[in-house]
Amino acid sequence: MKELRDLATKLLAEGTVNVVLGWEEGPRGVRPAFATDAAAAGRLVFDPRCTQNLVPYLSPRRTQVKKLGKAAVVVKGCDARAVAGLVRETQLAREDVVVIGVRCGGVIADPASPEPLSPATVADRCPGCNSREPKLADHTVGELPAAPPGESRRDVRIADLEARTADERWAFWQDELGRCVRCHACREACPMCFCERCVADKTQPQWVDSSPHPRGAFAWNVTRALHLAGRCVDCGECERACPVDIPLGLLNLKLARVASERFGYTATDDPAVPSPVGSFQKDDAQEFIL
Amino acid sequence: MNATLDKTSFEPRLTAFVCNWCTYTGADLAGTSRLQMDANVRIVRLPCTGRIDPLFIVKAFERGADGVIVSGCHPADCHYTSGNYHARRRFAFFKELIEFLGLPEGRITFSWVSASEGQKWREVVNDATARVRALGPFSGYPGTELPAWPAAGAPAPNPAPGGGGER
Ligand code: SF4
Ligand code: SF4
Ligand code: SF4
Repeated sequence: MKELRDLATKLLAEGTVNVVLGWEEGPRGVRPAFATDAAAAGRLVFDPRCTQNLVPYLSPRRTQVKKLGKAAVVVKGCDARAVAGLVRETQLAREDVVVIGVRCGGVIADPASPEPLSPATVADRCPGCNSREPKLADHTVGELPAAPPGESRRDVRIADLEARTADERWAFWQDELGRCVRCHACREACPMCFCERCVADKTQPQWVDSSPHPRGAFAWNVTRALHLAGRCVDCGECERACPVDIPLGLLNLKLARVASERFGYTATDDPAVPSPVGSFQKDDAQEFIL
Repeated sequence: MNATLDKTSFEPRLTAFVCNWCTYTGADLAGTSRLQMDANVRIVRLPCTGRIDPLFIVKAFERGADGVIVSGCHPADCHYTSGNYHARRRFAFFKELIEFLGLPEGRITFSWVSASEGQKWREVVNDATARVRALGPFSGYPGTELPAWPAAGAPAPNPAPGGGGER
Protein backbone atom coordinates (compact mmCIF):
# COMPACT_ATOMS: atom_id res chain seq x y z
CA MET A 1 0.00 0.00 0.00
CA LYS A 2 2.84 2.36 0.95
CA GLU A 3 4.52 1.64 -2.37
CA LEU A 4 1.35 2.64 -4.23
CA ARG A 5 0.82 5.80 -2.18
CA ASP A 6 4.46 6.84 -2.50
CA LEU A 7 4.41 6.32 -6.23
CA ALA A 8 1.18 8.30 -6.63
CA THR A 9 2.53 11.11 -4.47
CA LYS A 10 5.76 11.20 -6.47
CA LEU A 11 3.98 11.26 -9.84
CA LEU A 12 1.81 14.15 -8.66
CA ALA A 13 4.69 16.05 -7.00
CA GLU A 14 6.98 15.91 -10.00
CA GLY A 15 4.09 16.96 -12.25
CA THR A 16 4.16 13.82 -14.40
CA VAL A 17 0.40 13.59 -13.94
CA ASN A 18 -2.33 15.83 -12.57
CA VAL A 19 -4.60 13.13 -11.23
CA VAL A 20 -4.23 9.52 -10.09
CA LEU A 21 -7.24 7.26 -10.50
CA GLY A 22 -7.30 4.67 -7.74
CA TRP A 23 -9.43 3.38 -4.90
CA GLU A 24 -9.99 4.78 -1.42
CA GLU A 25 -12.11 3.95 1.63
CA GLY A 26 -15.66 5.17 1.27
CA PRO A 27 -18.77 4.94 3.38
CA ARG A 28 -19.63 1.58 1.77
CA GLY A 29 -16.40 -0.27 1.17
CA VAL A 30 -13.91 1.05 -1.35
CA ARG A 31 -14.80 3.56 -4.00
CA PRO A 32 -13.04 5.13 -6.99
CA ALA A 33 -10.75 8.01 -6.03
CA PHE A 34 -9.42 10.88 -8.09
CA ALA A 35 -6.29 11.96 -6.26
CA THR A 36 -4.99 15.35 -7.28
CA ASP A 37 -2.79 16.12 -4.27
CA ALA A 38 -0.49 14.38 -1.82
CA ALA A 39 -3.19 14.12 0.85
CA ALA A 40 -5.53 12.28 -1.48
CA ALA A 41 -2.68 10.13 -2.80
CA GLY A 42 -1.99 9.13 0.79
CA ARG A 43 -5.50 7.71 1.09
CA LEU A 44 -5.24 5.33 -1.88
CA VAL A 45 -5.73 1.65 -1.12
CA PHE A 46 -5.53 -1.63 -2.95
CA ASP A 47 -6.95 -4.83 -1.50
CA PRO A 48 -9.37 -7.58 -2.59
CA ARG A 49 -12.30 -5.19 -2.38
CA CYS A 50 -11.00 -3.09 -5.26
CA THR A 51 -13.16 -4.78 -7.84
CA GLN A 52 -14.12 -1.62 -9.79
CA ASN A 53 -12.49 -1.10 -13.15
CA LEU A 54 -11.35 2.53 -13.34
CA VAL A 55 -10.51 2.51 -17.03
CA PRO A 56 -14.01 3.60 -18.17
CA TYR A 57 -13.02 7.02 -16.76
CA LEU A 58 -10.37 7.23 -19.49
CA SER A 59 -12.81 6.62 -22.31
CA PRO A 60 -13.24 9.68 -24.56
CA ARG A 61 -16.86 9.93 -23.41
CA ARG A 62 -15.70 10.90 -19.90
CA THR A 63 -14.72 14.50 -20.33
CA GLN A 64 -14.91 15.13 -16.57
CA VAL A 65 -11.69 13.24 -15.92
CA LYS A 66 -9.99 14.64 -18.97
CA LYS A 67 -10.56 18.14 -17.58
CA LEU A 68 -8.41 17.27 -14.55
CA GLY A 69 -5.39 16.94 -16.83
CA LYS A 70 -3.05 14.07 -17.50
CA ALA A 71 -4.02 10.95 -15.61
CA ALA A 72 -2.36 7.95 -14.06
CA VAL A 73 -4.61 4.97 -13.53
CA VAL A 74 -4.20 2.06 -11.14
CA VAL A 75 -5.05 -1.19 -12.91
CA LYS A 76 -5.40 -4.84 -12.09
CA GLY A 77 -4.57 -7.28 -14.87
CA CYS A 78 -8.11 -7.33 -16.17
CA ASP A 79 -8.30 -3.52 -16.14
CA ALA A 80 -5.04 -3.35 -18.07
CA ARG A 81 -6.79 -5.22 -20.88
CA ALA A 82 -9.29 -2.36 -20.99
CA VAL A 83 -6.46 0.18 -21.36
CA ALA A 84 -5.10 -1.96 -24.18
CA GLY A 85 -8.58 -2.10 -25.73
CA LEU A 86 -8.86 1.68 -25.79
CA VAL A 87 -5.37 2.02 -27.23
CA ARG A 88 -6.03 -0.70 -29.82
CA GLU A 89 -9.16 1.07 -30.97
CA THR A 90 -7.42 4.48 -31.02
CA GLN A 91 -9.57 5.95 -28.28
CA LEU A 92 -6.58 6.64 -26.08
CA ALA A 93 -2.97 7.42 -26.88
CA ARG A 94 -0.67 5.22 -24.84
CA GLU A 95 1.57 8.16 -23.93
CA ASP A 96 -1.41 10.13 -22.62
CA VAL A 97 -1.80 7.88 -19.60
CA VAL A 98 0.53 6.54 -16.92
CA VAL A 99 -0.43 3.00 -16.04
CA ILE A 100 0.24 1.77 -12.51
CA GLY A 101 -0.22 -1.99 -12.40
CA VAL A 102 -1.01 -3.79 -9.16
CA ARG A 103 -0.27 -7.48 -8.68
CA CYS A 104 -3.56 -9.11 -7.88
CA GLY A 105 -4.81 -12.15 -6.01
CA GLY A 106 -8.42 -11.78 -7.00
CA VAL A 107 -11.19 -9.47 -5.84
CA ILE A 108 -14.56 -9.94 -4.23
CA ALA A 109 -17.66 -9.47 -6.34
CA ASP A 110 -19.15 -6.70 -4.21
CA PRO A 111 -16.76 -3.92 -3.17
CA ALA A 112 -19.14 -2.89 -0.37
CA SER A 113 -19.12 -6.30 1.25
CA PRO A 114 -17.25 -6.74 4.55
CA GLU A 115 -16.64 -10.42 3.77
CA PRO A 116 -13.08 -11.56 3.10
CA LEU A 117 -12.02 -13.08 -0.22
CA SER A 118 -13.25 -16.67 -0.36
CA PRO A 119 -14.59 -19.11 -2.95
CA ALA A 120 -18.06 -17.79 -2.09
CA THR A 121 -17.31 -14.08 -2.44
CA VAL A 122 -14.74 -14.08 -5.24
CA ALA A 123 -15.70 -12.27 -8.46
CA ASP A 124 -16.69 -14.60 -11.28
CA ARG A 125 -13.81 -13.61 -13.50
CA CYS A 126 -11.01 -14.27 -11.03
CA PRO A 127 -10.68 -18.04 -10.54
CA GLY A 128 -8.16 -19.28 -13.07
CA CYS A 129 -7.09 -15.73 -14.02
CA ASN A 130 -3.80 -15.69 -15.89
CA SER A 131 -3.22 -11.95 -16.02
CA ARG A 132 -2.70 -11.18 -12.36
CA GLU A 133 0.42 -9.19 -13.14
CA PRO A 134 -0.34 -6.49 -15.71
CA LYS A 135 2.19 -6.34 -18.53
CA LEU A 136 0.90 -3.09 -19.95
CA ALA A 137 2.17 -0.92 -17.08
CA ASP A 138 4.68 1.84 -16.57
CA HIS A 139 5.05 0.89 -12.91
CA THR A 140 4.07 -2.31 -11.18
CA VAL A 141 3.60 -2.38 -7.43
CA GLY A 142 2.99 -4.95 -4.70
CA GLU A 143 3.92 -8.56 -4.21
CA LEU A 144 2.09 -11.21 -6.21
CA PRO A 145 -0.49 -12.68 -3.78
CA ALA A 146 -1.71 -16.27 -3.85
CA ALA A 147 -3.98 -17.23 -6.75
CA PRO A 148 -7.68 -16.37 -6.37
CA PRO A 149 -9.69 -18.96 -4.45
CA GLY A 150 -12.49 -21.07 -5.86
CA GLU A 151 -13.41 -22.36 -9.28
CA SER A 152 -15.20 -20.75 -12.18
CA ARG A 153 -18.93 -20.74 -11.60
CA ARG A 154 -19.56 -19.44 -15.10
CA ASP A 155 -18.05 -22.48 -16.82
CA VAL A 156 -20.51 -24.68 -14.95
CA ARG A 157 -23.47 -22.46 -15.80
CA ILE A 158 -22.55 -22.25 -19.47
CA ALA A 159 -22.09 -26.01 -19.71
CA ASP A 160 -25.44 -26.49 -18.00
CA LEU A 161 -27.17 -24.13 -20.42
CA GLU A 162 -25.55 -25.68 -23.44
CA ALA A 163 -26.77 -29.09 -22.36
CA ARG A 164 -30.38 -27.89 -22.42
CA THR A 165 -32.70 -27.76 -25.42
CA ALA A 166 -33.06 -24.56 -27.42
CA ASP A 167 -36.55 -24.01 -26.02
CA GLU A 168 -35.32 -24.33 -22.48
CA ARG A 169 -32.51 -21.91 -23.19
CA TRP A 170 -34.96 -19.48 -24.76
CA ALA A 171 -37.21 -19.70 -21.68
CA PHE A 172 -34.22 -19.19 -19.39
CA TRP A 173 -33.03 -16.10 -21.22
CA GLN A 174 -36.48 -14.63 -21.71
CA ASP A 175 -36.89 -14.92 -17.96
CA GLU A 176 -33.49 -13.34 -17.25
CA LEU A 177 -33.62 -10.64 -19.91
CA GLY A 178 -37.30 -10.03 -19.15
CA ARG A 179 -36.16 -8.31 -15.95
CA CYS A 180 -34.08 -5.78 -17.86
CA VAL A 181 -35.29 -2.27 -17.12
CA ARG A 182 -33.29 -0.74 -19.98
CA CYS A 183 -31.33 1.50 -17.69
CA HIS A 184 -28.19 1.01 -19.82
CA ALA A 185 -26.03 0.89 -16.72
CA CYS A 186 -24.24 -2.06 -18.35
CA ARG A 187 -23.27 0.26 -21.17
CA GLU A 188 -22.26 3.18 -18.97
CA ALA A 189 -20.00 0.99 -16.83
CA CYS A 190 -18.23 -0.64 -19.75
CA PRO A 191 -14.78 0.61 -20.75
CA MET A 192 -15.32 -0.56 -24.31
CA CYS A 193 -18.76 1.06 -24.81
CA PHE A 194 -17.44 4.40 -25.95
CA CYS A 195 -19.69 5.32 -28.87
CA GLU A 196 -20.73 8.93 -28.70
CA ARG A 197 -24.16 7.98 -29.90
CA CYS A 198 -25.37 4.49 -29.07
CA VAL A 199 -27.62 2.70 -31.54
CA ALA A 200 -29.98 2.05 -28.64
CA ASP A 201 -30.55 5.80 -28.30
CA LYS A 202 -31.45 6.34 -31.92
CA THR A 203 -35.07 7.20 -32.53
CA GLN A 204 -35.27 7.78 -36.26
CA PRO A 205 -35.55 4.94 -36.95
CA GLN A 206 -35.79 3.38 -33.56
CA TRP A 207 -33.67 0.28 -33.87
CA VAL A 208 -34.06 -0.91 -30.32
CA ASP A 209 -37.45 -0.48 -28.67
CA SER A 210 -36.80 1.68 -25.64
CA SER A 211 -39.49 0.33 -23.34
CA PRO A 212 -38.62 -2.59 -21.06
CA HIS A 213 -40.74 -5.26 -22.69
CA PRO A 214 -39.40 -8.61 -23.87
CA ARG A 215 -38.67 -7.54 -27.41
CA GLY A 216 -36.81 -4.38 -26.50
CA ALA A 217 -34.90 -6.14 -23.75
CA PHE A 218 -33.93 -8.95 -26.11
CA ALA A 219 -32.87 -6.61 -28.90
CA TRP A 220 -30.83 -4.49 -26.50
CA ASN A 221 -29.03 -7.38 -24.91
CA VAL A 222 -28.27 -9.03 -28.24
CA THR A 223 -26.91 -5.70 -29.41
CA ARG A 224 -24.82 -5.06 -26.32
CA ALA A 225 -23.34 -8.55 -26.30
CA LEU A 226 -22.59 -8.50 -30.03
CA HIS A 227 -21.04 -5.06 -30.00
CA LEU A 228 -18.68 -6.32 -27.31
CA ALA A 229 -17.97 -9.63 -29.05
CA GLY A 230 -14.23 -9.99 -29.47
CA ARG A 231 -13.78 -6.66 -27.65
CA CYS A 232 -14.96 -7.41 -24.13
CA VAL A 233 -12.05 -7.52 -21.70
CA ASP A 234 -13.98 -9.46 -19.05
CA CYS A 235 -13.74 -6.87 -16.31
CA GLY A 236 -17.20 -7.78 -15.05
CA GLU A 237 -18.40 -4.19 -14.68
CA CYS A 238 -21.55 -4.63 -16.77
CA GLU A 239 -22.86 -7.46 -14.65
CA ARG A 240 -21.91 -5.67 -11.43
CA ALA A 241 -23.71 -2.54 -12.62
CA CYS A 242 -26.90 -4.35 -13.59
CA PRO A 243 -29.57 -3.51 -11.01
CA VAL A 244 -31.57 -6.66 -11.73
CA ASP A 245 -28.67 -9.13 -11.71
CA ILE A 246 -28.87 -10.37 -15.26
CA PRO A 247 -25.94 -12.75 -15.80
CA LEU A 248 -24.39 -10.68 -18.59
CA GLY A 249 -21.05 -12.32 -17.89
CA LEU A 250 -22.40 -15.57 -19.33
CA LEU A 251 -23.10 -13.89 -22.66
CA ASN A 252 -19.71 -12.19 -22.63
CA LEU A 253 -17.87 -15.38 -21.78
CA LYS A 254 -19.75 -17.38 -24.39
CA LEU A 255 -18.72 -14.90 -27.07
CA ALA A 256 -15.16 -14.76 -25.75
CA ARG A 257 -15.02 -18.51 -26.29
CA VAL A 258 -16.27 -18.08 -29.85
CA ALA A 259 -13.52 -15.52 -30.40
CA SER A 260 -10.95 -17.92 -29.07
CA GLU A 261 -12.20 -21.10 -30.76
CA ARG A 262 -12.96 -19.59 -34.14
CA PHE A 263 -10.47 -16.76 -34.41
CA GLY A 264 -7.75 -17.69 -31.94
CA TYR A 265 -8.21 -14.47 -30.00
CA THR A 266 -8.11 -14.04 -26.24
CA ALA A 267 -8.50 -10.67 -24.55
CA THR A 268 -5.02 -9.39 -23.86
CA ASP A 269 -3.30 -6.31 -22.52
CA ASP A 270 -1.12 -6.15 -25.62
CA PRO A 271 -2.60 -3.37 -27.78
CA ALA A 272 -0.69 -4.59 -30.83
CA VAL A 273 -2.76 -7.78 -31.08
CA PRO A 274 -5.57 -7.03 -33.55
CA SER A 275 -9.11 -7.57 -32.39
CA PRO A 276 -11.11 -10.31 -34.14
CA VAL A 277 -13.69 -7.80 -35.31
CA GLY A 278 -12.37 -5.33 -37.79
CA SER A 279 -9.96 -7.96 -39.08
CA PHE A 280 -10.49 -11.25 -40.88
CA GLN A 281 -8.78 -14.24 -42.44
CA LYS A 282 -9.76 -15.33 -45.92
CA ASP A 283 -10.12 -18.90 -44.67
CA ASP A 284 -12.26 -18.23 -41.60
CA ALA A 285 -14.51 -21.19 -40.84
CA GLN A 286 -17.87 -20.91 -42.59
CA GLU A 287 -19.55 -24.22 -41.88
CA PHE A 288 -22.78 -22.39 -41.02
CA ILE A 289 -23.02 -20.75 -44.45
CA LEU A 290 -24.65 -22.70 -47.27
CA MET B 1 -47.03 -20.98 -56.62
CA ASN B 2 -46.18 -24.23 -54.93
CA ALA B 3 -48.58 -27.12 -54.87
CA THR B 4 -48.18 -27.41 -51.10
CA LEU B 5 -50.13 -24.21 -50.53
CA ASP B 6 -53.50 -25.06 -49.09
CA LYS B 7 -55.69 -23.08 -46.74
CA THR B 8 -55.05 -25.11 -43.60
CA SER B 9 -51.27 -25.51 -43.65
CA PHE B 10 -48.99 -22.93 -42.04
CA GLU B 11 -47.32 -20.63 -44.50
CA PRO B 12 -44.24 -19.07 -42.91
CA ARG B 13 -43.07 -15.55 -43.60
CA LEU B 14 -39.38 -15.27 -44.30
CA THR B 15 -37.35 -12.11 -44.69
CA ALA B 16 -34.23 -12.26 -46.83
CA PHE B 17 -31.44 -9.73 -46.45
CA VAL B 18 -29.32 -9.93 -49.58
CA CYS B 19 -26.55 -7.96 -51.16
CA ASN B 20 -27.15 -5.98 -54.27
CA TRP B 21 -24.34 -7.40 -56.37
CA CYS B 22 -24.57 -11.16 -56.08
CA THR B 23 -27.59 -12.63 -54.36
CA TYR B 24 -30.09 -10.01 -55.48
CA THR B 25 -28.91 -10.45 -59.03
CA GLY B 26 -29.02 -14.22 -58.54
CA ALA B 27 -32.59 -13.98 -57.29
CA ASP B 28 -33.39 -11.79 -60.26
CA LEU B 29 -31.93 -14.43 -62.52
CA ALA B 30 -34.09 -17.05 -60.84
CA GLY B 31 -37.07 -14.86 -61.65
CA THR B 32 -36.19 -14.10 -65.25
CA SER B 33 -35.42 -17.80 -65.74
CA ARG B 34 -38.95 -18.48 -64.50
CA LEU B 35 -37.80 -20.90 -61.85
CA GLN B 36 -40.64 -22.04 -59.61
CA MET B 37 -40.02 -21.58 -55.91
CA ASP B 38 -41.82 -21.01 -52.63
CA ALA B 39 -43.37 -17.55 -52.49
CA ASN B 40 -42.80 -17.04 -48.76
CA VAL B 41 -39.73 -14.86 -48.93
CA ARG B 42 -39.67 -11.06 -48.86
CA ILE B 43 -36.37 -9.71 -50.07
CA VAL B 44 -34.64 -6.66 -48.64
CA ARG B 45 -31.80 -5.51 -50.86
CA LEU B 46 -28.71 -3.95 -49.30
CA PRO B 47 -25.50 -2.73 -50.87
CA CYS B 48 -23.34 -5.42 -49.27
CA THR B 49 -23.46 -8.21 -46.69
CA GLY B 50 -21.23 -5.92 -44.67
CA ARG B 51 -24.24 -3.60 -44.40
CA ILE B 52 -26.43 -6.29 -42.83
CA ASP B 53 -26.52 -5.42 -39.15
CA PRO B 54 -27.56 -8.40 -37.01
CA LEU B 55 -30.14 -6.02 -35.57
CA PHE B 56 -31.98 -6.26 -38.90
CA ILE B 57 -32.50 -9.94 -38.19
CA VAL B 58 -33.71 -9.34 -34.65
CA LYS B 59 -36.02 -6.64 -35.98
CA ALA B 60 -37.47 -8.97 -38.59
CA PHE B 61 -38.37 -11.50 -35.89
CA GLU B 62 -39.81 -8.74 -33.72
CA ARG B 63 -42.07 -7.68 -36.54
CA GLY B 64 -43.44 -11.11 -37.29
CA ALA B 65 -40.99 -12.97 -39.50
CA ASP B 66 -40.87 -16.72 -38.87
CA GLY B 67 -37.48 -17.09 -40.50
CA VAL B 68 -34.66 -15.07 -42.01
CA ILE B 69 -32.26 -15.63 -44.89
CA VAL B 70 -28.97 -13.75 -45.11
CA SER B 71 -27.11 -14.05 -48.37
CA GLY B 72 -24.35 -12.36 -50.28
CA CYS B 73 -21.35 -12.79 -52.53
CA HIS B 74 -19.06 -15.79 -52.22
CA PRO B 75 -15.73 -15.17 -50.50
CA ALA B 76 -13.35 -13.33 -52.83
CA ASP B 77 -16.29 -12.01 -54.89
CA CYS B 78 -17.33 -9.05 -52.79
CA HIS B 79 -17.96 -5.95 -54.87
CA TYR B 80 -16.32 -3.96 -52.09
CA THR B 81 -13.45 -6.43 -51.72
CA SER B 82 -13.90 -7.45 -48.09
CA GLY B 83 -17.44 -6.70 -46.88
CA ASN B 84 -18.41 -10.35 -46.89
CA TYR B 85 -15.30 -11.37 -44.94
CA HIS B 86 -16.15 -8.91 -42.20
CA ALA B 87 -19.79 -10.00 -42.29
CA ARG B 88 -18.75 -13.64 -41.99
CA ARG B 89 -17.00 -12.93 -38.70
CA ARG B 90 -19.88 -10.90 -37.40
CA PHE B 91 -22.42 -13.55 -38.33
CA ALA B 92 -20.30 -16.26 -36.74
CA PHE B 93 -20.59 -14.37 -33.45
CA PHE B 94 -24.26 -13.68 -34.05
CA LYS B 95 -25.13 -17.26 -34.89
CA GLU B 96 -23.43 -18.62 -31.78
CA LEU B 97 -25.00 -15.95 -29.56
CA ILE B 98 -28.50 -16.50 -30.89
CA GLU B 99 -28.19 -20.25 -30.46
CA PHE B 100 -26.98 -19.76 -26.91
CA LEU B 101 -30.01 -17.55 -26.32
CA GLY B 102 -32.19 -20.40 -27.54
CA LEU B 103 -33.44 -19.31 -30.93
CA PRO B 104 -34.09 -22.65 -32.67
CA GLU B 105 -31.50 -23.58 -35.22
CA GLY B 106 -32.97 -23.45 -38.70
CA ARG B 107 -34.87 -20.18 -38.41
CA ILE B 108 -31.88 -18.30 -39.79
CA THR B 109 -30.21 -19.41 -43.00
CA PHE B 110 -26.87 -18.03 -44.17
CA SER B 111 -25.74 -18.58 -47.74
CA TRP B 112 -23.51 -17.36 -50.51
CA VAL B 113 -25.37 -17.02 -53.80
CA SER B 114 -23.64 -15.47 -56.79
CA ALA B 115 -25.24 -13.57 -59.65
CA SER B 116 -25.18 -16.70 -61.81
CA GLU B 117 -26.67 -19.03 -59.21
CA GLY B 118 -30.40 -18.58 -59.76
CA GLN B 119 -30.76 -22.30 -59.30
CA LYS B 120 -28.98 -22.20 -55.95
CA TRP B 121 -31.17 -19.32 -54.79
CA ARG B 122 -34.21 -21.44 -55.49
CA GLU B 123 -32.77 -24.25 -53.38
CA VAL B 124 -31.89 -21.90 -50.54
CA VAL B 125 -35.41 -20.43 -50.56
CA ASN B 126 -37.18 -23.77 -50.77
CA ASP B 127 -35.00 -25.39 -48.10
CA ALA B 128 -35.29 -22.47 -45.70
CA THR B 129 -39.04 -22.30 -46.18
CA ALA B 130 -39.39 -26.03 -45.59
CA ARG B 131 -37.29 -25.82 -42.41
CA VAL B 132 -39.29 -22.93 -41.02
CA ARG B 133 -42.57 -24.50 -42.02
CA ALA B 134 -41.59 -27.59 -40.03
CA LEU B 135 -40.65 -25.44 -37.02
CA GLY B 136 -44.00 -23.66 -37.08
CA PRO B 137 -44.74 -20.00 -36.43
CA PHE B 138 -42.21 -18.00 -34.42
CA SER B 139 -43.85 -16.93 -31.18
CA GLY B 140 -40.77 -16.34 -29.13
CA TYR B 141 -41.74 -13.26 -27.17
CA PRO B 142 -44.03 -14.24 -24.32
CA GLY B 143 -46.67 -11.67 -23.53
CA THR B 144 -46.48 -10.09 -26.95
CA GLU B 145 -48.43 -12.63 -28.96
CA LEU B 146 -51.24 -11.22 -31.01
CA PRO B 147 -54.60 -11.74 -29.29
CA ALA B 148 -56.83 -14.58 -30.39
CA TRP B 149 -59.10 -13.81 -33.29
CA PRO B 150 -62.39 -12.55 -31.84
CA ALA B 151 -65.62 -14.41 -32.42
CA ALA B 152 -67.91 -12.80 -34.96
CA GLY B 153 -69.67 -9.83 -33.41
CA ALA B 154 -67.37 -9.65 -30.35
CA PRO B 155 -65.73 -6.30 -29.56
CA ALA B 156 -62.24 -5.76 -30.90
CA PRO B 157 -59.54 -7.11 -28.55
CA ASN B 158 -57.07 -4.90 -26.74
CA PRO B 159 -53.69 -4.55 -28.39
CA ALA B 160 -51.00 -6.98 -27.33
CA PRO B 161 -49.22 -6.01 -24.13
CA GLY B 162 -45.91 -4.39 -24.76
CA GLY B 163 -47.34 -2.55 -27.71
CA GLY B 164 -47.95 -4.33 -30.99
CA GLY B 165 -48.59 -0.95 -32.56
CA GLU B 166 -46.90 -0.12 -35.81
CA ARG B 167 -44.85 3.01 -35.99
S1 SF4 C 1 -9.52 -11.11 -13.17
FE1 SF4 C 1 -7.38 -11.47 -12.53
S2 SF4 C 1 -6.44 -9.44 -12.49
FE2 SF4 C 1 -8.68 -9.12 -12.55
S3 SF4 C 1 -9.27 -8.93 -10.39
FE3 SF4 C 1 -9.51 -11.10 -10.91
S4 SF4 C 1 -7.53 -12.06 -10.39
FE4 SF4 C 1 -7.21 -9.85 -10.41
S1 SF4 D 1 -18.83 -6.03 -21.59
FE1 SF4 D 1 -18.77 -6.05 -19.35
S2 SF4 D 1 -17.03 -7.40 -18.85
FE2 SF4 D 1 -16.82 -6.82 -20.99
S3 SF4 D 1 -15.51 -5.01 -21.03
FE3 SF4 D 1 -17.63 -4.25 -20.94
S4 SF4 D 1 -18.09 -4.01 -18.75
FE4 SF4 D 1 -16.23 -5.29 -18.91
S1 SF4 E 1 -27.79 -2.91 -16.64
FE1 SF4 E 1 -29.16 -4.69 -16.62
S2 SF4 E 1 -31.24 -3.81 -16.46
FE2 SF4 E 1 -29.86 -2.14 -17.09
S3 SF4 E 1 -29.98 -2.15 -19.36
FE3 SF4 E 1 -28.20 -3.43 -18.78
S4 SF4 E 1 -29.05 -5.52 -18.72
FE4 SF4 E 1 -30.81 -4.11 -18.64
